[in-house]
Amino acid sequence: MKNAARLLAKTTALAAVLAATTTVAQAQTELGLWYHGAGNEVEETLINRIVSDFNASQGDWEVVLEAFPQGSYNDSVVAAALAGNLPDILDVDGPVMPNWAWSGYMQPLTIDEGLIANFLPGTKGMWDGQLYSIGLWDAAVALYARQSTLDDLGLRTPTLDNPWTGDEFMAALEAAQASGDYEYAFDLGMAWTGEWYPYAFSPFLQSFGGDIVDRSSYQTADGALNSDEAIAFGEWWQSLFDNELVPGTSQDPADRDTGFIEGRYAFAWNGNWAAVGHLAEVDDLVFLPAPDFGNGSVIGAASWQFGVSATSENPDGAAAFIEFAIQDEYLAAFSDGIGLIPSTPSAAAMTDTYQEGGPLNVFFGLSQTQALVRPVTPGYVVAASIFEKALADIANGADVADTLDAAVDEIDRDIERNSGYGH
Amino acid sequence: MASKLTQSNRAGWSFALPGFALISAFIILPFFFAFGLSLTNQRLISPNPTEFVGFDNYRDLLGLAVITLEPERDAAGQVLRDEDGEIEYPRVRTLTRSDDFPQYRGMREWFRWQSGEDARVVVASDVVFMKALTNTLVFVLVVAPAQGGLALCLALLINQRLRGINIFRTIYFMPVVVSIVVVSLLWRFIYDGSDGLLNNMLAGLTFGFFQPVDWLGNPDTALGSIIAMSVWQGVGFHMVIWLSGLQTISPTLYEAAEIEGASKWQTFRYVTWPGLRNTAVLVLIVITMQGFALFAQIDVMTKGGPLDSTQTIVFQAVERGYGRQDISGGSTISVILFLIVLTISFVQRWLTREK
Repeated sequence: MKNAARLLAKTTALAAVLAATTTVAQAQTELGLWYHGAGNEVEETLINRIVSDFNASQGDWEVVLEAFPQGSYNDSVVAAALAGNLPDILDVDGPVMPNWAWSGYMQPLTIDEGLIANFLPGTKGMWDGQLYSIGLWDAAVALYARQSTLDDLGLRTPTLDNPWTGDEFMAALEAAQASGDYEYAFDLGMAWTGEWYPYAFSPFLQSFGGDIVDRSSYQTADGALNSDEAIAFGEWWQSLFDNELVPGTSQDPADRDTGFIEGRYAFAWNGNWAAVGHLAEVDDLVFLPAPDFGNGSVIGAASWQFGVSATSENPDGAAAFIEFAIQDEYLAAFSDGIGLIPSTPSAAAMTDTYQEGGPLNVFFGLSQTQALVRPVTPGYVVAASIFEKALADIANGADVADTLDAAVDEIDRDIERNSGYGH
Repeated sequence: MASKLTQSNRAGWSFALPGFALISAFIILPFFFAFGLSLTNQRLISPNPTEFVGFDNYRDLLGLAVITLEPERDAAGQVLRDEDGEIEYPRVRTLTRSDDFPQYRGMREWFRWQSGEDARVVVASDVVFMKALTNTLVFVLVVAPAQGGLALCLALLINQRLRGINIFRTIYFMPVVVSIVVVSLLWRFIYDGSDGLLNNMLAGLTFGFFQPVDWLGNPDTALGSIIAMSVWQGVGFHMVIWLSGLQTISPTLYEAAEIEGASKWQTFRYVTWPGLRNTAVLVLIVITMQGFALFAQIDVMTKGGPLDSTQTIVFQAVERGYGRQDISGGSTISVILFLIVLTISFVQRWLTREK
């Protein structure tokens, strides 16, 4: 009896130990993931699906998602980095990535290069010769127009190979204004303050032949942002507002969203993310390539991407998640869900809208041929905010050359104070 | 006095301790941090080590110079004039961007005036900060008397025993308890340039003759619009302070005045106003300090635009520190703001001292 009791005790103890070890073996290491899309239901469903699929697909890692509203996402990451609380996997906006990599928030991303061989160039976040981040999608901007508008005004339809010249574009805007059918000929989206300005408008500057900073050295903006070409861009930019061809900086965000759909604006400068909504409302919508102001047609590239934080103790787990997330299946899902450009041609073929002949296929072509990433430098974050202010001031009537000079001085001072930003 | 504070007053000190600790941790200590950081090149995020730079930040913010521009002359030495008959001057950028004048490098025109045929141009290293400084001063100079005076009128109005007076008290006080961010968002709609409430109302009152004004989008009206809205938002708070002051005045004084046959104005001038002296000092100082801290309205409604017409000191401090990732620049602005507010408070104390 006594023996039996002892045996029982022993077996229960053994069972307990066994149970404990098996749970340890089964326990997945937690990986934190921060994402910028809180509040966007479709986006949250998609990212949750990737996370749960990944967690179910293997036994080593368990990704835990935390979503932030986009407006405060960057501030949250900076605050967390200062406090030493970064998650393992970070979601990062392409042009901001070099700043975070340089600041030591992120580490190079080690994933199988074969997996990303076919990715659009704008989706690969390269800094200092190394891959730091990779995007599931890219974004592109096009000139929204109605075929009927083009026909009524007797305008030629521009193509990727033969876009409108600057003069043709201005003639189109003036024709639209003269027709009297529209409140404004063109909508730039001035209501979207923040990153939209450098993302959407610096390509115009580049098409004129200027740039935000001198990309050969990244040590100065002098001769780039205040060159004769840049001043020509500034004069053109100001003329749009002076001649009331476009709504000004105090545009109501609601007008931005509905103005083109309601036919109050003849043309609009808008991104592919708005295309699905517009297609549903406007039957004869066409997406035209950016006009060529002398230096080629240019649009911005690079959108949100995934990378690994510098403090992560499990970079292999983080890389495993990112490799899992960049499967065509998910690229296509994001694209179908929120209209983003899938990063690979094979994923594009799986979508309804980006496949050959699909209504948004044109954006894939735009991204492939016209896209230029914003200056790849840690100083971009500050330079972008200075550029935004300069554009707003010029739109409101400030002297073009003085404003651009002041922006150059401010950017140069910032570069100097950061000892050249590590270039 | 000293003995009273230090001896046999454990209970008093222990009551004050939590407050002292919080104020030291969140106000006094950060202030010394700010002063220290303003002497360095501290960035918000940077792998570079922080360096001591002395008073460079102050020089970058406050640098001023006056340039005299001589008119452009043709070959015969005749002054050139444009179509409107205005004298033509060389552009300031030919001086500020020239290697011959390294002392003006990085400076930009703030304002100019004409003296004889020459133009005197004031150039500043940081025009935006200079505009923020002047806008803030204008804001305080307008808001302090307007808000204080209006609040006193409201307090006099509601300091009566009438039926339903509490309804008025509640209505006047309501804007104070609503978050300033919400109020600012609502006023953005009211001020909307095309179909805002204000434009519609003015058009209705003038039978459509009124041309809609883009209140926040026009450099001439933006600051005024924000001032009007700020006065309205804060007036209820100061009304309550005035009201408490009014209710400390003894009714016997009013009875005496009535018996003496004083008019309403005389009663106010010789009974009410002297009785409100301390309240007035408090209200004035509080409004001034709040005025210098103007931030939320700017951040929500204009972001300092259009053309820097609504830049303010605190908005610039935040914009530098976080937007431009320049913590040392933001700290420098805070220190300058501290010195300004301190000076003005001392001057106000001195002007309103007991004679």
